[in-house]
Amino acid sequence: MSSSPDRHPLFYPLIVLGGLIQGFGLAYSGMARPEVVVDFLQFDDLGLVLVMGGAAVVSGVVFWAAPRFLDRAPLTGDVYTRRVKSMDRNVVVGGVVFGVGWGISGICPGAAYASLGVGNLPILWAFAGMFLGAYLHGFWRSRNSSAESVSTVADD
Amino acid sequence: MTPTHESLLGVRAVAAQAAPALWATPLQMGELFPRGVTQYAVGGVMVAAGIAVIYLGTAIIPGNSTFLETTLSYVSGQERFQRPRFLRSRDWRVVFAVSIVAGAAVWGLLLDPGAFVTRVQWWRLFFGGILVGIGTRLGKGCTAGHGVCGLGSASHTSIVNVILFVGVAILTAAVVQLAGVSP
Repeated sequence: MSSSPDRHPLFYPLIVLGGLIQGFGLAYSGMARPEVVVDFLQFDDLGLVLVMGGAAVVSGVVFWAAPRFLDRAPLTGDVYTRRVKSMDRNVVVGGVVFGVGWGISGICPGAAYASLGVGNLPILWAFAGMFLGAYLHGFWRSRNSSAESVSTVADD
Repeated sequence: MTPTHESLLGVRAVAAQAAPALWATPLQMGELFPRGVTQYAVGGVMVAAGIAVIYLGTAIIPGNSTFLETTLSYVSGQERFQRPRFLRSRDWRVVFAVSIVAGAAVWGLLLDPGAFVTRVQWWRLFFGGILVGIGTRLGKGCTAGHGVCGLGSASHTSIVNVILFVGVAILTAAVVQLAGVSP
């Protein structure tokens, strides 16, 4: 943890709490099961619309209200912002590539972490693939970084 | 009496015609959501609640796919992974991902005893995973970052990205199905 700045004593406990809630929700919703995702993509079970819809409604209220009505975050002192990334060609190409991968595997990053938690050991294949893909992307971006503007500000 | 009787028969005939149409609504709901709806809605709210807890405490908007790159910074000196903002967030992102694993395990232990093992073939998970790794990093986000946080922020960038990845995934899944790959 040497690379971290000094954190509020409750910072990591809060990260753990948030992760536990999200992991429980991902498992409970069924998204941790690639079969459920593939069933949605093939229109056999539209449940994932409710997962993403329910989640977006809650996050919509929170991201709308906090910047308006709250001052600064108690554990970091940072101001509340919304998640708005710049639009460029990478957003389009990346979305298409991610879509092909999601359609083949039925797995996205958060759901893969939760899948490991429900004992789904074959999901380690997806972990290997995702880390390899992220490495290939990073390797390529590092090689081209000199030619590229420093416009990519924040990625989640 | 006779006209009344005939009209009753007529009503019955109309009812017989109309009834299947009336029943069709719940039947179709069952077909659209054969596993029910509760776990989907509750699970989705919890996914966002986990994000909200961290956001309200820290103002951090925690996506899930940046973890892939920040974690690579521990083992790779590539310039991309060694950016200061990745080094700053890599510790809590590991804690967050491990906590997601633990949260799912808690669900498994409390509500659904017995491990779940997918029947989706390994090569779909691996090669699909590679594209997920590339695409989420290139596209600046995943189902959580763009799908939950970005849509929740009414970000046009995220709306474009989500429409693309959901649409392309539906097409891809159709191709996979047509190719006879199952599971």
